[in-house]
Amino acid sequence: MFKTAEGEEIFIIDGHTHLWDGSKANQKNIHGAQFIDCFYGYHTALSPKEYVWPKEKFDNYGAETMYNDLFVDGYDDMAIFQPTYLKDFYVNGFNTIEQNAVLKEKYPDRFILNGAWDPRDGEAGIEALHEQVEKYKIKGCKLYTAEWKGASKGWKLTDEWAQRYMAECVKLGVKNIHVHKGPTILPLNRDAFDVADIDDAATSFPELNFIVEHCGLPRLDDFCWIAVQEPNVYGGLAVALPFIHSRPDYFNQVISELLFWLGPDRLLYGSDYGIWSPKWLVERFMAHELPDTIKKDKGVDLNLEAKRKILGLNAAKLYDIDVATHRARITGSAPARAEENTMAQVAEAIGD
Amino acid sequence: MSTPAFADAAPSSAARAAEVWASLGSVTDPELDEPVTELRFVTGIEVDAEGRVHIGFRLPTYWCAANFAFLMADDMRAAVSSLPWVRQVTVDLRDHMYSDTINQGLARGHSFKATFAEEAADEDLDELRRTFRIKAYQRRQEAVIRHLLDRGWAVTDILDLDLPHLATLPIADPETLKLRDRYLEIRREWGGTSDNAFTSAEGEPVTPATFGEYLSLLRRVRINTEFNGHLCRGLLQARYDDAPTEGEPTLADFIAGRVAKREMGGHDQCRK
Repeated sequence: MFKTAEGEEIFIIDGHTHLWDGSKANQKNIHGAQFIDCFYGYHTALSPKEYVWPKEKFDNYGAETMYNDLFVDGYDDMAIFQPTYLKDFYVNGFNTIEQNAVLKEKYPDRFILNGAWDPRDGEAGIEALHEQVEKYKIKGCKLYTAEWKGASKGWKLTDEWAQRYMAECVKLGVKNIHVHKGPTILPLNRDAFDVADIDDAATSFPELNFIVEHCGLPRLDDFCWIAVQEPNVYGGLAVALPFIHSRPDYFNQVISELLFWLGPDRLLYGSDYGIWSPKWLVERFMAHELPDTIKKDKGVDLNLEAKRKILGLNAAKLYDIDVATHRARITGSAPARAEENTMAQVAEAIGD
Repeated sequence: MSTPAFADAAPSSAARAAEVWASLGSVTDPELDEPVTELRFVTGIEVDAEGRVHIGFRLPTYWCAANFAFLMADDMRAAVSSLPWVRQVTVDLRDHMYSDTINQGLARGHSFKATFAEEAADEDLDELRRTFRIKAYQRRQEAVIRHLLDRGWAVTDILDLDLPHLATLPIADPETLKLRDRYLEIRREWGGTSDNAFTSAEGEPVTPATFGEYLSLLRRVRINTEFNGHLCRGLLQARYDDAPTEGEPTLADFIAGRVAKREMGGHDQCRK
């Protein structure tokens, strides 16, 4: 919970978090090593100095640290887990729903578990999707179109099997489809930056919401163009937001474009934890004001109302969270630092 | 070769390395539209007495797009090969997922398609180059238009400006002068055959009625490019931990091998 100077409480849902294991022990090959190294590059390049972690901590920070950084030191009230399997790079996967579920079980009011699927898994994957719904009651999933699988270096939402999976999502009520469209690995013959397949999917499946993580950057123009036409397309601010610290002028340009094309109702805050930490992101975002020239030129504003929507209300709508009820539950049962021992046990249980 | 001639090779090899460096300055990262030398992608230049050139090449991440990596390496090879004394050019891409594939492909004179026969059957590098050249055109154009707007030029005056007048416009600030010249350079490739200073990349005229929309398109192109630029610089620095202290590394750094040495350190660590 963030409290403004006037004492107003802002309910915050972090739309993009991870609990990963990028440690050497879990790395399968050089790609695994380079993947976490690259993440660390993002972390060091865009974090304020005082928030930069040592590499060893970054490789595998564990459940206890995560809980603390999000909800105790940080201002998140809830967080959405976005899994990233990367089984070709990591022995036990990088960040799986099974790992995330342990924290969800311990703090059911804090976490939203999302699943994942890969159309290249064919029928077996559809079955696995059904299992995820039954077991974890997921309402959303994270898709990583640039993920490797054997000889394949990626896929698109327009692929025939992807269409079948999305039809299944409609049936199962997995209505929030988070798609990684941002700076990514290896666009070779498949241009993983390309957001055009979102357009097709959003038209074909109006029942689903497509949250384009990282707003398609560096293809912001293509993304905005699509989002204007498709009311069920949203922008996830992970990776765009940290520029608020290192390049505030640049952040102003990006956010003003997004506000102009999508408006404040279709943007979602996401820290991308553990790459960046909610504490400084939320503090800076809440303190941030657009310069008058931009407000005038673009006719947009990042006022308190817009911030409230971006930080929590939009995600609450997508995930059917009743904010008042949820706030009461969290404040009533908020686990404090005293639970650290138990958290250590949780960490142990998931093999940290 | 006799010993005295070999002794002479030292100063001349430094001079030749300087020539190589200058010619690499014409090679840009197509996505960022900035020279590979200014981006600190070139880590070292070695020239031997036989006219063989070895160029060390690095990128901000292991994952940087293989098509762009190949394109830049191939452009470097072509640029340096055009120097009259050069007999052979080796571009040595390091710490990249496809270092070996790309280095070998280039050494054999293969195209991108032949080098990545399995992964990139459909990839058309010329099309990619074209796409990003248009973005570069738009970005350079926006910089000049923005400059004029900032100087109080009316939209109609900007749109009435023709190429000869833009080329002779008195500009005091050297940075702006560079922007103008870079735009004029790319305007010869794109923007059609009309005399108008500012047309769309395809040569369509911009009118006062369409100007606002057109400028906002240019601005979005700039935002994308800047995103890449900020990230690439930040990631390169984070990866090699060798922030430029006083501006970019100088030619002297390269000739003296200082940058190459630092890079080698990073290289070793990466492989451990």
